[in-house]
Amino acid sequence: MRGGSVVDADGSRRADVRIEGDSIVEVGPDLALGAGTTVLDAGGCLVGPGLVDLHTHLREPGREEAETVETGARAASLGGFTAVVAMPNTEPAIDNAGTAREVLDLGSDAMAEVMVAGAITVGRRGERLAPMGELAALGVRLFTDDGAGVQDGALMRRALDYAKGLGVTLAQHCEDEALAAGGAMHEGAWSSRLGIPGVPAAAEEAMVARDIALVRLTGAPLHFLHLSTAGSVELVRAAKAEGLAVTAEAAPHHFALTHAEVADYDPVFKVNPPLRSAPDVAAVKRGLADGTIDAIATDHAPHTPETKDVPFDEAPAGMLGLETALSLAYSELSADPATRPDGNGLPGGGAAVDLQRLLALLSWRPAAIAGLDGGQVRVGPGSAQGGPVVPGAPANLCVFDPSARWMVDLQSLASRSRNTPYAGRKMLGRVRHTVLRGEPVVVDAEAQR
Amino acid sequence: MSAERATAILNAAPRPSIGPHLLSVDDLGPDGIAEVLRVAEAFAEVERRAIPKVPTLRGRVVATLFFEESTRTRLSFETAAKRLSSDVLSFSVSNSSVKKGESLRDTVETIEAMGIDGLIVRHPSSGAPHQVARWADRAHVINAGDGWHEHPTQALLDCFTVRQVLAERAGTEPEGTACFEGLRILILGDVRHSRVARSEILAYSALGARVTLAAPGSLLPPSLEGWPVTVAADLDTALAEADVVSLLRLQAERGSGAFVPSLREYTANWGLTRRRVDLLAERAIVTHPGPMVRGVEISGDVADLPITVATRQVTNGVAIRMAVLFLLLGTDGSIGAGVPESETGGAGTTIGALRG
Repeated sequence: MRGGSVVDADGSRRADVRIEGDSIVEVGPDLALGAGTTVLDAGGCLVGPGLVDLHTHLREPGREEAETVETGARAASLGGFTAVVAMPNTEPAIDNAGTAREVLDLGSDAMAEVMVAGAITVGRRGERLAPMGELAALGVRLFTDDGAGVQDGALMRRALDYAKGLGVTLAQHCEDEALAAGGAMHEGAWSSRLGIPGVPAAAEEAMVARDIALVRLTGAPLHFLHLSTAGSVELVRAAKAEGLAVTAEAAPHHFALTHAEVADYDPVFKVNPPLRSAPDVAAVKRGLADGTIDAIATDHAPHTPETKDVPFDEAPAGMLGLETALSLAYSELSADPATRPDGNGLPGGGAAVDLQRLLALLSWRPAAIAGLDGGQVRVGPGSAQGGPVVPGAPANLCVFDPSARWMVDLQSLASRSRNTPYAGRKMLGRVRHTVLRGEPVVVDAEAQR
Repeated sequence: MSAERATAILNAAPRPSIGPHLLSVDDLGPDGIAEVLRVAEAFAEVERRAIPKVPTLRGRVVATLFFEESTRTRLSFETAAKRLSSDVLSFSVSNSSVKKGESLRDTVETIEAMGIDGLIVRHPSSGAPHQVARWADRAHVINAGDGWHEHPTQALLDCFTVRQVLAERAGTEPEGTACFEGLRILILGDVRHSRVARSEILAYSALGARVTLAAPGSLLPPSLEGWPVTVAADLDTALAEADVVSLLRLQAERGSGAFVPSLREYTANWGLTRRRVDLLAERAIVTHPGPMVRGVEISGDVADLPITVATRQVTNGVAIRMAVLFLLLGTDGSIGAGVPESETGGAGTTIGALRG
């Protein structure tokens, strides 16, 4: 890997990286070329640890027409991700060791490391605890009923108490179902004008507040999925200041798009939590910049055209995210606003997040939340993620060219689905190469398998 | 209006560009609304003829796609289309392949493949007509009511009716939109779930009227940011000041009943009772989009007072919908409308009538 700047948790330096087998063997400036060495040009690029997505819907088993482990992992690798955490809202749900093992097996030779999150409750129905111990024994480190929040406060408290003894982390999709009932977009000026039933910010914030109280009560760690409102960010900021064991993520669409996008009733903009107001977007950006939000997670949620191209209120929520996440994060959070293709990003952006911090949000911090950083989860050799780019480390790398410009082309997406809101959008910054366990799985933005 | 004048209006060209679709009152703008009202006056004249039919849209095919129950709107559109001599296909969800699982998109594409020129769409989902318009290749799409969003032709016929009443009182012809300037419109009732209210607010305010909303807080939209309206602080005062009261139905079938403690309390606090009618100015006009629920938003005796113009609204609905169909579908020069061989409207004297 020649000519790039290595960026990891330790800092940034001009360096080449030599890989042998599945490991990094040498890092330094102007390394000599040995005979038979394959050279990947990284001129003008950042060379960082591979990205880790805490929030991927791979749809397998049950919805293979929308995505499979194979196609989802391919999309991940094109987006610079070397590991993804598959959400358990499959059919059947990942609430038992058998289904978890099936997904892990499907992922064993995929183009990205595939981890699974387990369900907190059986069938994600919010009624009784799933066999978390059985799943933890397989290496599952995150548990969530994502797609729904655990509505019953007593059950959530019990889950937190139980999780403490297992050393695993619960992750909550914060949505009070009574407050959100019937809603299909953010409740506010646009929903009122468009006549679409809204989901108030309070539906998310009420559960964030409840769960912070439960973390205080139980002492168990909790991760907040896809924070989308200014109020939620503020609650998490205060909880962290108090020293509570909470972490949080935000999805790219919650800092790249607002509810105004829904104006033409295109269901591609329907997502849960919904696209929010400009002040919410600004608050999410501030949260990412100041560390209140620990990670950027895609909430990659493929849907087939048959299910998605229906009246707005009938359409399922969710949009693709893996192939565009790093470019969006870079343009919205790090790039000089003047260089952005649209020239005027949404509020709260603009060089607020330096490149090391940007990679932290997408690589080593989510790796730590997923329990992937110290290699305590062993599903294959070289599975540790997000660690420093140093000799002896597993060769999981993402090479990003911040000056590349490209356009999202529906036809060339690796995902089996096409529900991206960014079709035709000009993007700044592109993943050039991705290396998984020493194998160049993406070279010059082309998948190698 | 005289038959000559009506004929002149219908044969006039060029006219402001309208379309290709009518999804929202916003698609028209003040000039577009004025043009619809003007053309509708001409069609109202046609309707008063013994054979109220013109050959304007002969050879065109219009389909009504109603995914929600409706009596008056559907009949009104179909009557309008037939009076323009177009062929009318009627599609309702209860006896269609939608019941067999066909998607809205496939339904629209299938129907359009039959060579349909106009699609009149009612759907319980806000925005469905917008999607239909994206999927349609050549058909003009008319929104006949979508979810809580809009019902443009209802708002247009409300404006038309108000102008007509005002002109009658002044002893003039209903012309132009100056009569709306500064007019005080009070929209009373379930604004939150009302597509009529959203369209009326856009239409009346585009024409220069001042719109006030009155409803219990739970039946107002969650946000009124950017709406050209004020919210009445006190209903009795607002009623006394109103030139027009647009009374909305409490949409019990959409669950609006749960937004108030009881229908009884709603009627007591927000219904147009006899006592509240007495607060109204003498000039006040009461419109209602129907169907009226007597005893809830309006008391039975008030519904029958001459200030209540609901029946006239129904009559005018046909002329408005003829105007909309004509302006969207009939602007390729082959108007031929209102060219009766006998200006006296003798039986069987127009080409359209013979075809009918």
